[in-house]
Amino acid sequence: MSKKNPEYDFKWCPGCGDFGVRRALEMAMINRAEETSQPMENNVVVAGIGCSGNLVHLLEGDQPYGIHGIHGRSLPIALGVKMAQPTLNVVVVAGDGDFLSIGGEHIAPQAARNLNICAVVMDNGVYGLTKGQSSPTTLEGAITSSTPYGKLEIKTNPLELYLTLGVSFIASGFSGQPRPLAELIKQGMEHSGFSIVHVQSPCTTYNDTFIQLKGDQKNGIQPTLWDIPEEHDTSDRAAAHELLQQGGLPVGVLYNDNDRLPLDQNVVTTWEKAQPKTVEQLLGAFEF
Amino acid sequence: MQMRDFVVRFAGEGGQGVVTSAEGLAQSSTQVGYHALTFATFPSQILGGPTWTQARIAVDPVLAPGDDVNVLVAFNQDAYDAHHQDVLPDGVVIFNSTEFEIEGDDRSFGLPFEELAKSTGNNRAANMVIMGALAHLINMPQEHLISFVEERFNRGRAEDAEIIRSNIEALNLGRNHIAESSFSLGELAPPETPKYQQLMIKGNEAVSIGSMAAGLEFYAGYPISPATPILLYMERNLVGKDRLAYQVSSEIESITAILGAGYAGKRSMTATSGPGVSLMSEGLGLAWIAEIPLVVVNVQRGGPATGLPTKTEQSDLFGCMYPAHGDVKLPIIAAGTVEECFYGAVKAIEWAEKYQGPVILMTEMSLAERAQNIPKPDLSKIQEAKRVVYSGSNGYLRYAGNGLSPMPIPGNPGAYVANGSEHDDMGDTTHLGERHVQMTERRFGKIKLLEEDDYESDQIENSIAVMSWGGSKGPAREAYDKLKESGLPVGWYYTMFLNPLPPKLLEELKQKDLVIVPELNYQGQFSSILRSLGVKAESITQYTGLPFKARTLVEKITEMTNARLKETVKV
Repeated sequence: MSKKNPEYDFKWCPGCGDFGVRRALEMAMINRAEETSQPMENNVVVAGIGCSGNLVHLLEGDQPYGIHGIHGRSLPIALGVKMAQPTLNVVVVAGDGDFLSIGGEHIAPQAARNLNICAVVMDNGVYGLTKGQSSPTTLEGAITSSTPYGKLEIKTNPLELYLTLGVSFIASGFSGQPRPLAELIKQGMEHSGFSIVHVQSPCTTYNDTFIQLKGDQKNGIQPTLWDIPEEHDTSDRAAAHELLQQGGLPVGVLYNDNDRLPLDQNVVTTWEKAQPKTVEQLLGAFEF
Repeated sequence: MQMRDFVVRFAGEGGQGVVTSAEGLAQSSTQVGYHALTFATFPSQILGGPTWTQARIAVDPVLAPGDDVNVLVAFNQDAYDAHHQDVLPDGVVIFNSTEFEIEGDDRSFGLPFEELAKSTGNNRAANMVIMGALAHLINMPQEHLISFVEERFNRGRAEDAEIIRSNIEALNLGRNHIAESSFSLGELAPPETPKYQQLMIKGNEAVSIGSMAAGLEFYAGYPISPATPILLYMERNLVGKDRLAYQVSSEIESITAILGAGYAGKRSMTATSGPGVSLMSEGLGLAWIAEIPLVVVNVQRGGPATGLPTKTEQSDLFGCMYPAHGDVKLPIIAAGTVEECFYGAVKAIEWAEKYQGPVILMTEMSLAERAQNIPKPDLSKIQEAKRVVYSGSNGYLRYAGNGLSPMPIPGNPGAYVANGSEHDDMGDTTHLGERHVQMTERRFGKIKLLEEDDYESDQIENSIAVMSWGGSKGPAREAYDKLKESGLPVGWYYTMFLNPLPPKLLEELKQKDLVIVPELNYQGQFSSILRSLGVKAESITQYTGLPFKARTLVEKITEMTNARLKETVKV
């Protein structure tokens, strides 16, 4: 939506973390488009369903292509787009419910394939659009509209999950810091392989964690966010695991494996082994 | 009188060469100039398990597996026990006498085919021993078979001569062995060799190549019986630059991946069976509302859930035509023959690109695994399917208007959001009632673009007609031809285009007092759809996991026709 559209009546709540993610994604796409001298229409944003998915309609300025699909399936849709046209820059935007719950089955295959796309996950620890149900990243014991006596499951640790599944680029960001976040997303897009930028993007209506994330010195609240130190070796998987044991929420690039070829390049290597035949030749094999 | 066709059934354990024997017989018969088709059922296990395949050899083209068995080749006792009652009273049972003995059945002839093959020095020539014996039974000249062997095994290798010698010896051994007995079936009329170039091909292979002839570029799939051979064929052959066939992690990934590829400008397809179509439900709805071209091939099997994975049924018509929630009715092409598997796939790709949406191509187990001789398609008459593509500047309104609009392709100007929510001109989500009305009518209106003119018809002056669909076409046509000969006043209609039906066909059907629909499901799905369109249709149903016998249809069509004619007279 490049201009104000009176028919489109969806709005994020005031203060929603997704505003910052949108800004960061816009910056990342513009910067990358400029650096690579490619037009904005070389970008495809594949969105899931939920508050986060509406991001694709709310982007301002030059418009990328978009798909606002069905719940949980943004990754395999992106698989089709990317493998159909490997020169496109494909970005997935999804929420924690969309990406980790209903869509959770698609993370492992893309990690194994090293699909060359960047997924930006907006984690607010709650289902916002359906009004406040618990999600995989809701804290254990939390009271939500769907857990009136407290959430029975433990909170999923997405960063640990990605690392275990073999995602080749993993970063953690915060919607309250759009500029550094834009830089992380841009690095994710530049990464040749499957990258996930997992963003803390609080829901101001149902699960407002801004203060816990940022901390409040005056009231003695320590921030849960902490910057990954510059000396962290992002190519060291064990170091990344160790970092995650320190508690809180590290911000920055957690892991970056540049040694693996992405799926589209692996496919190219099969062309030499295969000998493509014309349709005439294929039919000819059945002649008698 | 000379025979015009005969059926041989091979029955044994999986892995004993049952399938290769039947296919080998069919293949050699077509090379001699006959028409042939096979029919197979498999156990749902890798090794062992009772399995059987039959081959029907005929002077004229045939489209059905055949009602009766002239010759049963029983590889073991269980196979004999399970199948001997299907053998005609004047038929022959050839059994593997190295393995077991049959007593008290004067149709049976023991042939130690494995031993005889071994004696030629070629253990793999057991098929040829059997074939030699069959040739004697139908009085087929031995030189036909010998020239077949010489042609087939002449592959330019050093060992060719020895392989040819041992196979011919096996043919002779089989023939001489049974010639010492008094068994004979008569004489098969000499072949009327078609003058055109032919292929011997299975339904799944025909679907695969047909889709490529129409310019398929992207295939994603997940293994499932009986559609897996399409995935395997694609992975071997849809390769190279700008082509990809890829195994994904579920049918949900299949449908969404081909949707992404279709959106990105590629002609895209997946093939699956009933359980896969169930999983694709939501993705098909997305392709419909977001107007993205793609093709789903449903190689039907039997029953709900896991059902009957290796049997044949036509019970997914409702599920394919109405696969998704919220006012969706998909274009359907249903192949009725192996040849139609090829042309149906060509049409399916063409339709998807033409109306920019999902198309279902339905086939079924009995066609997928059927090897049949068909005329070689003339590729010069087939064009790559074309999509109306947008080539203007940015600021385009993708979904403006009430009909088809050019589709922008990512990487080019015209960026828009392909939206699975109800949307406005530019693809943004909207909840306005008038928009939902406009877009719903736009989506249904595009179906008109797919209306075809051609369909089969015969004796249309009759007020009662037979109109089968899909793989039941074969037995239905065979029954119809017999009824026509006997003078029963029924007409014939057939099309592989089930939605939209050719408009002229629908008009004709509506004029009939009764349209009889043979179909393999409990609910009478196609007749139910026809009735909803104003056709007085009634089904003949069967749900055994096997195709119709022509004889059953002759009886039932006669019964229904006479009952209706009597009613009309009373009035």
